[in-house]
Amino acid sequence: MRKGYITGPVLGAIWLVVIATTVAITMSFSTGAAFRPQILLCLIWGAVAGLIYVRFPAHRAPARLGISSVLGLSALTGFGPVLIGSDTSLQAVLITALAMAIVTHLSLAAILRDTPFGELTRHEFEDAVIRFCTGFGYIFFTAIVVIPFYVMVMTSLKSQQALLQNPLDFSVDLSQGWALFRSYSELFRDFNFGTYLWTSFYVSVLTVFITLLFSVPGAYAVARFRFKGQKAFSRSILLIYMVPMIVLALPIYIAFSLTGLRNSILGIVMIYPVTTIPVALYMLQGYFRGLPTEVEEAGLMDGLSRLAVIWKITLPLSLPALASVSLYVFMIAWNEFLLAFMLLDDPSKFTLTRGVTMLNSSEIPRQHLMAGAVIATVPIMALFLGLERFMTKGLTAGSVKG
Amino acid sequence: MSSATPPTGTGALAKREARLAWALLSPTVISVSLVVILPLLAIFWISFKPFTLADLRPPAPVVRESLRGSGEELRIEYRVRNSSQEIAIEGVTVTDVLPDGVTAGEVSAPCVLNGPDLFCDFGTLEGGQRERIRIPVTVDGDPDSFEDAIEGSEPGVTGSGPSVLTNFEFSLENYARVFDGDEFWGVLWVTLFYTVFGTIGALVMGLFAALLLNKSFKGQGIIRGLYLFPYVAPVIAVAFTWVTLFDPFSGSANALLVQMGLSSEPINFFGERPLALIMVTVFEIWRYFPLSFLFILARMQSIDSSMYEAADMDGASPFQKFWLLSIPQLLGILSVLFLLRFIWTFNKFDDIFLLTGGNAGTRTLTVNVYEQAFAISNIGAGAAVAVVILMCLIAFSFVFFRFISREEGL
Repeated sequence: MRKGYITGPVLGAIWLVVIATTVAITMSFSTGAAFRPQILLCLIWGAVAGLIYVRFPAHRAPARLGISSVLGLSALTGFGPVLIGSDTSLQAVLITALAMAIVTHLSLAAILRDTPFGELTRHEFEDAVIRFCTGFGYIFFTAIVVIPFYVMVMTSLKSQQALLQNPLDFSVDLSQGWALFRSYSELFRDFNFGTYLWTSFYVSVLTVFITLLFSVPGAYAVARFRFKGQKAFSRSILLIYMVPMIVLALPIYIAFSLTGLRNSILGIVMIYPVTTIPVALYMLQGYFRGLPTEVEEAGLMDGLSRLAVIWKITLPLSLPALASVSLYVFMIAWNEFLLAFMLLDDPSKFTLTRGVTMLNSSEIPRQHLMAGAVIATVPIMALFLGLERFMTKGLTAGSVKG
Repeated sequence: MSSATPPTGTGALAKREARLAWALLSPTVISVSLVVILPLLAIFWISFKPFTLADLRPPAPVVRESLRGSGEELRIEYRVRNSSQEIAIEGVTVTDVLPDGVTAGEVSAPCVLNGPDLFCDFGTLEGGQRERIRIPVTVDGDPDSFEDAIEGSEPGVTGSGPSVLTNFEFSLENYARVFDGDEFWGVLWVTLFYTVFGTIGALVMGLFAALLLNKSFKGQGIIRGLYLFPYVAPVIAVAFTWVTLFDPFSGSANALLVQMGLSSEPINFFGERPLALIMVTVFEIWRYFPLSFLFILARMQSIDSSMYEAADMDGASPFQKFWLLSIPQLLGILSVLFLLRFIWTFNKFDDIFLLTGGNAGTRTLTVNVYEQAFAISNIGAGAAVAVVILMCLIAFSFVFFRFISREEGL
């Protein structure tokens, strides 16, 4: 196996299957026309290309450029790695051929870099395999993450007939102008989505405030003070985080029905923070422990009370942690579905997630549902991308331990 | 001469500190116990009761008051009935105040009149029982003008039926129903499949993704952010997107498979028996690999690089470095993640509920709670399933704490 003339063709053959599939799927999703990777031909083409790339190590060797070009052009004939449907536009065919040629050349040159034709050392062989796996990994993960979100956005811009006619055709007709967004305008006009957006927003913000109000003193006490039951307390916080929501939702539903809190925003605002306080407490106490005690002790020596120390010294020092916790809690509250679904029945009081659930019926066209999903996703994504550093930190601190 | 001994017991300062600590903790403790501990106890209680959705409205006496007849026949009628057809209500009384200008005639049992105050004691009202009381009255002036005054004042009613929730009758019926037949074992098997494969899949994918990103290059931050999308997006948005994507009629995935010649006809991904379970597990892996990825990456970046340099000097190959250096270093975080993810996947409800609604062989224990309590409207049976879940969790957390105290020194 560790011979350049074996490794090269094998890796080349499998790799060509990967890129032919990728190009076919990409082209299908962007034009809606028929593209199909031909596995057997891919293997043959790839083996030949792999052999040539190992044999001619110069980066731009004529043989390398030659085989890539031929491989790309073969897409036009029906014997190439990608079979193209007959009614595809010439433009799309040319793009496919060009993409195949360029991608094959660049990726094979990268994968089979420093791979001699003859005997390979263990390092050379493993490096080539690792480069192959890395390339595959990037394509694979990017595809599985991007495709659902792409489908979500594009479906929301299409009409029901176009969707049923060719589910693959995600090309949008830009000449329609604002009419593209009619699903969105209908959601805001006829389905009250403006209100839901606002409800979700203020419920989430209130949840963040209440959570911080409760968890900051609690976390400080757990982190700084010695008292009986401290260890049991830290553990029970974790335990509570492990209780499934559906188990709690059942008695909460009964209690809220009996007390008339069901179907009210007040009930939601009361219940959301309790689900987030344990997490917030856990994240914050970890951070407080890491703060130097000397600063606080200096404050105490200067005559500040404990509460003043917390307010004037600890909190300003832990602003980054507070930001992470707030973002994380906001995300939980914004994405919360189960409690909103069970406790809210009145369409005028829905949160956004509850509103989107309402769209999941056979009477409402799919693109409305997808537009609702986009409306729910965009704010949290914008927040996430804008404050990624805090968010990542929050996720790590919040979830590894609790 | 007495030898010096260190002070024993708790000093005043320590006591003050503990008091302050509990004062700071009390809001959290109170609220959490109200919303977590109390419901958990309630679940146990309800699971032994034949409690259905309909029982959320307990039986109560209903009273209607009206002014009827005219002249000599003029009378006030009270009609009392039991809102429930089966359950008796005890201690039913009706009180009312006659407005000024209304004089009552003879009042018969069970009512007594004391000045303008009317008091009727019905005792026990059987299920479906109706009572009618006529009180002849005379009014000063036009009867019609008094109608509003009389009918407008709400009579006071007392009496309560036995609420299923508060009595002390218990039965094991719910548990018998839950464990009855093959259904339960089917549900348990589905839960285990989903949990085990969902957890392992997410860990392996997370490890793979972390290996990809464990080097610094331009755009690393962007790709890392991108790979977190599935986890950060609201579950409703991504679940409905998957349903749309894999729809048998208008789904793009099916169109793609047919076009590529991998399948001759559309596949009902979320509607066929073994496939639906595999699909929800794949969804779980897809949605939660970012979490494992994030932790594994964080751990990888904290591994001391001098170890790898030493290995390079010794001529270790990349695979050897991965197996012999990275994996042992990551074993701790991997096992903690495994336990945590195992418990959380076991608890997962939203994902399956939104994707299949628990149909086509995807009903896990948590979905079963909802099914029993709301689809079949038997809250008691739902609570019994919830108790089963809690028992499993107690077992898991026992393992978890034994393990985690070793791993994290908690």
